[in-house]
Amino acid sequence: MSTTPTPSATPGVVTDPVKRRPAPALPAAALVLGLVVLGLLVLLSLAVGQRDVAPGEVVRAFTDPGAGNPDHVAVRTVRLPRTALALLVGAALAVGGALVQTMTRNPLAEPGILGVTAGAALAVVVTTILLPDGSQAGRMLAACAGAAAATVVVHAVGRAEPLRMVLAGVALTAVLSGVSLAIRLADAEAFDSHRFWSVGSLAGREQLPLLLPALVVGAGLVAALLLSRPLDAIALGEDVAHGLGVPVLRVRVLTVVTMTVLAGVATAVAGPIAFVGLIVPHVARRVAGGSVPWLVTLSIVLGGALLVGSDVLARVLLPTGDVPVAIVTAVLGGPVLVWVVRRRLAGA
Amino acid sequence: MSAVGVPVGRGAHVRIERRTLVASLLLVATAAAAGFTGLCLGDGWSSPRDVAAALAGGGPIDFVVTRWRLPRVVGGLAFGAALGLAGAVFQNLTRNPLGSPDVIGLDAGAYTGTLLVLTVGTGTATGVAAGSVAAGLATAALIYVLSLRSGFSGLRLVVVGIGVNAVLTGVNSWIVLRADLDVAIAATAWSAGSLNGLGWEDLGLPLTVVGALAVLLALASHPMHQLALGDEVARTSGVALAGLRLLLVVVGVGLTATVTAVAGPIVFIALVAPQVGRRLVRATGVPLLPAALVGATLLTGSDVVAQALLAPVVLPVGVVTTAVGGAYLMWLLAREVKR
Repeated sequence: MSTTPTPSATPGVVTDPVKRRPAPALPAAALVLGLVVLGLLVLLSLAVGQRDVAPGEVVRAFTDPGAGNPDHVAVRTVRLPRTALALLVGAALAVGGALVQTMTRNPLAEPGILGVTAGAALAVVVTTILLPDGSQAGRMLAACAGAAAATVVVHAVGRAEPLRMVLAGVALTAVLSGVSLAIRLADAEAFDSHRFWSVGSLAGREQLPLLLPALVVGAGLVAALLLSRPLDAIALGEDVAHGLGVPVLRVRVLTVVTMTVLAGVATAVAGPIAFVGLIVPHVARRVAGGSVPWLVTLSIVLGGALLVGSDVLARVLLPTGDVPVAIVTAVLGGPVLVWVVRRRLAGA
Repeated sequence: MSAVGVPVGRGAHVRIERRTLVASLLLVATAAAAGFTGLCLGDGWSSPRDVAAALAGGGPIDFVVTRWRLPRVVGGLAFGAALGLAGAVFQNLTRNPLGSPDVIGLDAGAYTGTLLVLTVGTGTATGVAAGSVAAGLATAALIYVLSLRSGFSGLRLVVVGIGVNAVLTGVNSWIVLRADLDVAIAATAWSAGSLNGLGWEDLGLPLTVVGALAVLLALASHPMHQLALGDEVARTSGVALAGLRLLLVVVGVGLTATVTAVAGPIVFIALVAPQVGRRLVRATGVPLLPAALVGATLLTGSDVVAQALLAPVVLPVGVVTTAVGGAYLMWLLAREVKR
């Protein structure tokens, strides 16, 4: 497999010096390691919070639950759903980032930076104002529509130039979040329960019905895995993909739809969270090389791990209460953005 | 400016300057109108005649206008001008319309300094301003060092600045959340940038600093425009590059940080004002005076909108400038793509 950039590659983007196809043993080992880390972080997330619970007690909460034991109640009714939400949102955002980076060949593309999550968030805010009694499904649908609209605008303005896309996304985020903040300030009562959501947080979302978001995100992740092989072919160049019988246009459209749905549902659940879709694919790509299926698989595991870990940090950074998890991911993600600009964009 | 006039002869030269003059006078009039509207606006709408009488030193609402509304309007005009100037300085330095202090994180950095002094230190006005300026300069140095790689590039500096901005904004929110409740409430009020509750006692120091820096900048404006044309041009016309750059960075950060220390990070005025001003006077560079005048008009106008849009809820003015500035940035990018 060649490492030379295809003619359609964006100028200024240096292709990864890593071989396109590493021996599958490396990504497989990374996957196992990632799953172990994820398991430990999940255990930590169940144990840490306002009331610290010993790891043994966490296990006992599931094997031998005591109805009156406050530790067991906290673990089962608050921390377990919150951890599950973090897993879903992290995996959705990370895979959304992996898809859009692969498709646009833009190492800086990511739902948060591109303003897609801001579009979804504004749509949720507007829906909440217009239909205060709207269903969860309605809000998720609105979020996906908002994400789709933002995607169209940012691509129209930013075209294929990586740095320009970032600026377009920043500008779009400014407009959308400004409007959204004004609406929320104007009708403070309607958004009292959304106060944490609006800044990107899982606090207070524990009682959210989990089934529907889990089903949609699950479907989105499966779609991403199915699309990863044809995307692999397209990454070799459109001519090659055509030769292999890949329906290029249909794959592209489905990829954008999948990315939009994943980002939209994640935002409907946890509010606008940026940088997860930037950090995770860059880490995953160092192991996966040019293999898109491995990139997507690793992004699912590492994305879940990143958000579960960030959410644990969000709980311990303040003496009382929570930092919004979006703040944690932004502080972790800013340096990654700088690193990517310095390392991967030569001469831009 | 004269460089534009020379090829077409003396007449053209004079005409361009007249255009600058007319545009500047119009801008002053617009800024004054926005300011006067601001004076009429409070809990309710006061009649312009009463306001005029109050300004003359009498009338039924004398106290409300001169004690409560006037400092807010004066602050809006002065801070808007300061932000416009800071934007013009950095856009000239980076030779990039996007290289303005708010986009690259200098506002956020100055705000970090403000918050640290407020929560850790004693919190005197001078201390807050000093912390704000020091943190702003440190942020500028950090962004510059991080964006150096096989030479200097304006656009790379901008995106590096966006990354730094993300981290600092996160840190700022964390500091606000960690702080005592009363400090936190005050800090949240202007974390979006706000002129709410501005009084005469808050204005003395910042107005002095902004005025002094503006004079300094006026003296350095000729070599600054030479520098914007390119290192070679500047060097051949005898400009000391390193010293001038340092001076301009200090002045630009000083202006941004002084405003941030009093009003919080009001973003996007510095981005928009210089470019609008430049188009109004049809200049080739990024001239200072139109930038300052447009900045004053924009901030005062935005503050009127912020007060009137959702009355009785008074929005932080930063919400309005963010939405307007973001829309302008989108338009700027869309236009550049077409070309």
